[in-house]
Amino acid sequence: MLEVKNLHASVDKNEILRGIDLKVNAGEVHAIMGPNGSGKSTLAHVLAGRESYQVTEGEVIYEGRDLLAMPPELRAREGVFLAFQYPVEIPGVSNMYFLRAALNAIRKHRGLDELDAMDFLTLVREKMKSLDMDQTLMNRPVNDGFSGGEKKRNEIFQMAVLEPKLAILDETDSGLDIDALKTVADGINALRSPDRAIILVTHYQRLLNYVVPDYVHVLSEGRIVKSGGKELALELEEKGYVWLEESAQPVKSGASLR
Amino acid sequence: MIGVKEKQDIYVSTFAQLEKELTAGVWSWTSPLRKAAIERFAELGLPTSKLEEWKFTSVAPIAKLAFQPARQQANGLTIQELASTPLADVAFGTGCHRLVFANGHFCSELSSIDALPEGARVTSLAAAQRNDAALIETHLARYASYHDHAFVALNTAFMQDGAFVEIPKGLILDKPIYLIFVATRSEAPTVIYPRNLIVAGSGSQAQIIESYIGLSDSVYFTNAVTEIVAGENSVVEYYKLQHESEQAFHIGAVQVHQDRNSNFTSHTITLGGGLVRNDLNAVLNGDGIECSLNGLYVTSGRQHVDNHTVIDHCKPHGTSRELYKGILGGKSSAVFNGSIVVRKDAQKTDARQSNKNLLLSEGATINSKPQLEINADDVKCTHGTSIGHLDEDSVFYLRSRGVGPDEARTVLTYGFANDVLNRMKLDAVRVRLECALVARMPATHTQLEEP
Repeated sequence: MLEVKNLHASVDKNEILRGIDLKVNAGEVHAIMGPNGSGKSTLAHVLAGRESYQVTEGEVIYEGRDLLAMPPELRAREGVFLAFQYPVEIPGVSNMYFLRAALNAIRKHRGLDELDAMDFLTLVREKMKSLDMDQTLMNRPVNDGFSGGEKKRNEIFQMAVLEPKLAILDETDSGLDIDALKTVADGINALRSPDRAIILVTHYQRLLNYVVPDYVHVLSEGRIVKSGGKELALELEEKGYVWLEESAQPVKSGASLR
Repeated sequence: MIGVKEKQDIYVSTFAQLEKELTAGVWSWTSPLRKAAIERFAELGLPTSKLEEWKFTSVAPIAKLAFQPARQQANGLTIQELASTPLADVAFGTGCHRLVFANGHFCSELSSIDALPEGARVTSLAAAQRNDAALIETHLARYASYHDHAFVALNTAFMQDGAFVEIPKGLILDKPIYLIFVATRSEAPTVIYPRNLIVAGSGSQAQIIESYIGLSDSVYFTNAVTEIVAGENSVVEYYKLQHESEQAFHIGAVQVHQDRNSNFTSHTITLGGGLVRNDLNAVLNGDGIECSLNGLYVTSGRQHVDNHTVIDHCKPHGTSRELYKGILGGKSSAVFNGSIVVRKDAQKTDARQSNKNLLLSEGATINSKPQLEINADDVKCTHGTSIGHLDEDSVFYLRSRGVGPDEARTVLTYGFANDVLNRMKLDAVRVRLECALVARMPATHTQLEEP
């Protein structure tokens, strides 16, 4: 589904990603872990198409197409979803209006009829119930005045409504209490299916107790320095990242799987 | 080109020609008033940018043209045409009293006034003088001062017609009153002098919408004055919706006089007009008064829109809330000058003012000036101004959800305007304005330049 080859990216001429190789197949869940500043969030944003990051080298193939050539909205319409670490507040625009505009843009692109307000409401109610979300959030402005946990839940809720093929979650677990974490994890697990892929960007192992990944990659200084199965996450939790940074040999760029 | 002095002379000489006509019949009592007003206008002259109040707004383009009072009435305008005109359309099929003035002249065939409760008056000012001359004499030109404002003086000298609304004591008027001032096509530049008088008796309640609509791209000048009296404990919600031709000049003054415990809310929405000046002055002449002034101006091209407001707290325990927002594109410019006066007696005043502006292009400019003049010592007054651009992080957030860049900007701009529109109690008007706003978006965004 997704193939990242030798990806280099910079912000303001500072190189953050220094040759990432990653292959993600449909049905897989990949966790990308690493210390602060290792480039995890940059990778997530580059995949979503943030224009303030410059890709200086490498390529990204998504479903056989050049992902980097697509503007962000086209990526979203083609099924890429990024759950933001820091979701943006949009005063004056209700969650309902926002999400319906998004869903209908995606549906239109896929040749489906746009949903009218009633059908949309039915869909939304069902998804909110499954995520244990307060229904009044729908009428409130997007993320405006939301608590940290509400914002993260709102990202998962958007994901549930938009049903992406490739979901990238950027530290969606950070700062959540255990109940919220379980809700978020349930939301992610509900999306797992043989035709979807999920990339979990996380600093902590905790989320991976609830969403068990197929692969774990460790990012350090803009490169994947180690890849393994779910055990790798536990090892990291126990030993911390320092151990890795000292022992890892960032030989060839990347530990591409398969 | 005509010099400013000659220009004043043109108005004065036109007055001399039309004086008989203007003071004929029911208007005869206005003769001394009109004379005094034109004399005062001759003394004041058209304002220049040397005056502090006109520092950022030049009326030189008005001085350059020799406007003649509009003569034609409906000019072939049909009710169907009016009913499908943006912003006028809300007045059809939503259950309101509708008064239509074409080029300043009342059009009874386009108007529709339902049966009114006992004592209520919703009519044209000219017609009202036959039955309610005494009441009109008591109020007309008693609030809007022609001594200080040249354009008020001009309107007072030339006033043609407008609406007269009287809500008697204790009456809650259930249907809104919708005033439509429509300008049809004209060959030569014309000037229209609407004059409205709204008197809400004590304990009464009413909603009044005053709308200005241009049907063509003709060059014309609307010089409007509205006087509103909100009696003791009355509740008045007033809308001024302006969508004139972009070639039009609109200089309007709204003067509000509030008695104790009254509650006045205004929504001043400016979408059209090439050169626009809105003066809105509220005098809070009693204890426990509430006054809320909301405003939104959306400009593009080379439009210039100036909003001047004065909230004059004269007595204790007054509350005022003011929120004006601007969305500026192209090479347009806007002025916000919000003055809050707290007089010595007006202890326990609670006044809040905010002006927020969104600049969509590099070429747009805004001059925002809050003015507080506080002469009492136990008051709460705050004010704030902001000027910003669309947040690119928000644009990206929307795009990352599949929304295209233009639509994303429209959604965010709409969101910016939304808290002004949300203060409107009339849903039909709010929804119609939302549509009008979104329809205007492309014009503002095409000029968008990346920072």
